[in-house]
Amino acid sequence: MKGDFREKFGRGLVLGGAWTVLAFLILPMVVIFPVSVTDQYYLSLPKDGISLEHYAAFFTNEIWLSATAQSVIIATCATIFAVILGSLCAIGCWRLSTNLSESVRTFMLIPIIVPTIVQALAMYRFWIDLGIIDTYIGVILAHTLVAIPYVIITVSASLANFDLRQEQAARSLGASMPQTIRWVIVPSILPGLLSGALFAFTISFDEIVMVLFITSRAIYTLPKRIWNGIEDHLDPTIAAVATMLIAATLALLLLDLWVRHRRQRRLEQAASVGE
Amino acid sequence: MLASQRHTYWLLIVPAVLLMLVFYIYPLIQVLWISVTEPYFGLQNYEALLTRPLLHRIWLTTLRICLITTVITVILGYLVAYAMAKVGERQRTTMMFCILLTFWLSVLIRAFAWVMLLRNGGLINSALMSLGIIDSDLPLLRNEFSVIVGMVHFMMPLAVLPIYSNMSGIDGRYVSAARGLGASPWEAFWHIHLPLSKPGLIAATILVFVFSLGFFITPAILGGGKVVMISEYIQVSFEETLRWGQATMLASSLLFAVLLTLALVARFVDLKKVFGAR
Repeated sequence: MKGDFREKFGRGLVLGGAWTVLAFLILPMVVIFPVSVTDQYYLSLPKDGISLEHYAAFFTNEIWLSATAQSVIIATCATIFAVILGSLCAIGCWRLSTNLSESVRTFMLIPIIVPTIVQALAMYRFWIDLGIIDTYIGVILAHTLVAIPYVIITVSASLANFDLRQEQAARSLGASMPQTIRWVIVPSILPGLLSGALFAFTISFDEIVMVLFITSRAIYTLPKRIWNGIEDHLDPTIAAVATMLIAATLALLLLDLWVRHRRQRRLEQAASVGE
Repeated sequence: MLASQRHTYWLLIVPAVLLMLVFYIYPLIQVLWISVTEPYFGLQNYEALLTRPLLHRIWLTTLRICLITTVITVILGYLVAYAMAKVGERQRTTMMFCILLTFWLSVLIRAFAWVMLLRNGGLINSALMSLGIIDSDLPLLRNEFSVIVGMVHFMMPLAVLPIYSNMSGIDGRYVSAARGLGASPWEAFWHIHLPLSKPGLIAATILVFVFSLGFFITPAILGGGKVVMISEYIQVSFEETLRWGQATMLASSLLFAVLLTLALVARFVDLKKVFGAR
C-alpha cells in the first residue's frame, strides 16, 4: 500500500511539473490578448473597459498595412522558390542515392547550423557588391536560401515512404521525367511538400535578423516594424498585431489537427470495412 | 539506371546547389577571408580574442547563458516529454498542442510578450504590487534572468520534440519487468528508463546548445543592451563602429564555436538524425 501511495505521488509530481512548464510556455501568449484590447494608449491591462482602438490603428495605418503586404509578398515568393528548388533537389538525391548525392543533400543543410547573425553579415557584404541591398530580390533570395534545407528535410521524409517502383513503372510506360514528377511523385509526397511550404513561409514571414542587415528604407517587413516598435516606445498596436498572429498560428494548427484526425478516422473505417 | 537518366537526375539537383554555392557559401568564405585581411593580412583580429578583456567578458557571458539555458531547458523538457509518454491520448494531444503552438509562433512576438510581463510597471510587477508582496519594481528585465527566461521559452519545443519522439519508441515492458522484479518506481526509472531515453536527451542538448550560441533576437530584446551576447556584439560592432575586421573575426569565431561543438559530439552521435535529416 505504501508503494502504491508513493507511485501516485510521483505521478502527480510529474504531471504537475509538466503542466507548470506548459503553463509557462502558454502564459505569455494568453496575456497578450487582454493587453491588445486595452483602452489606454500605453501597454497595460484594460482599465475602464475594453476597446478595439489598437486593432483599428493597425487597419487604418498605412505603415502597418504596407509592412504586412511586403511580408506576404516576400514570404510567398521565397516559399515558391524554396519549394521548387528544394523538392527538385530532394527528388534528385533520393532517386540517385549514391554517396555523392547523399553528401550533396547533407551539404544543402548547412544553413540550419550557421548562426543567423553570421549569414546576415555575409549576405550584407555580398549583396552590396551585387547591388541588391534593400530590394525585394535581395530579401527573397536570402529567405529562399535559408528555407531550402527545411523543404529538403520534409520532402525527403515523404520520399522515404514512397515506393520507387511506381516511379520506375511510370518511366518505363513512356512518361517523361517532368511528367513523372508532376503526375506520380508530387501527388504522393504532397504532405511533405505542404509542410515544407509551411515551414518556408513561416521562416520568411518571421525572419528579422537578415532583414535588419540587408534592408534600410525601401523594404520594411512586419517583423522589422515590430522590432522597431519594441525598441522605441512599446505601442499597444504591437499587442494587437501579436494577437492576430497568435490567432493565425492557432487556426493553422487546429486545421492540421483536424486533417490528421480525419485521415486517421478514414484509415480506421477502411480497416474495419476490410475486415 | 541508364547513364543518360542519371544525368537528368543530376540536373534536378544542380540549380539548388549552384544557388547555395554562389549566394551562401561564397559570402561565408568572404567573411572568413575579410577576418584575416582587414585592415591588413594576418591574425591580428583574432589576437584581440586573447588580449581584449571586453571580448573575454562577452564570450564568457555567452557561454554561461548558453549552459544555464541548456541545462534548464533539457531538464524541464524531459519532464514534459516524460509526462506526455505517460498520459492518455486526449491529454497528450493537448500537451503537444501547447508545444507546437510555442514552436510555430514568431520569436519576436514571444520576446515582446516577455517584455510586457517583466518590465518595470509590467504585468508581473504590478500584480505583485497590488497583492502587497513588493512595494517597488523588481528588476526583472534587462538582466541575465530575463534573457534566460526568454531563451528557455524559445528552446523548450526544440528539447521536448526529440526527447518525446525517442521516448515514445521505448517499450514500456522493460520498466514493467524491472518493477515486477522488485525495483522501486525510482529505481526502475533511473536504471531502465533514463538510459533508454539517452539518445533523445543527447539530441535535445546538442540542438539547444548550438542554437543558443548564435541566438540574437531574444537576448537583444530581453537583455536590452545590458546583457550582451556574442551575436548582439557582432551587430553592434558592425552597425555602430563599422569595423569589418572585428565583426567578421567575431562572426568567424562564432561559426568555429558551433562547428567545434558539432565536431565534438559527432563522434558520439549521428548528427543527421539530430537535425531531423534522417
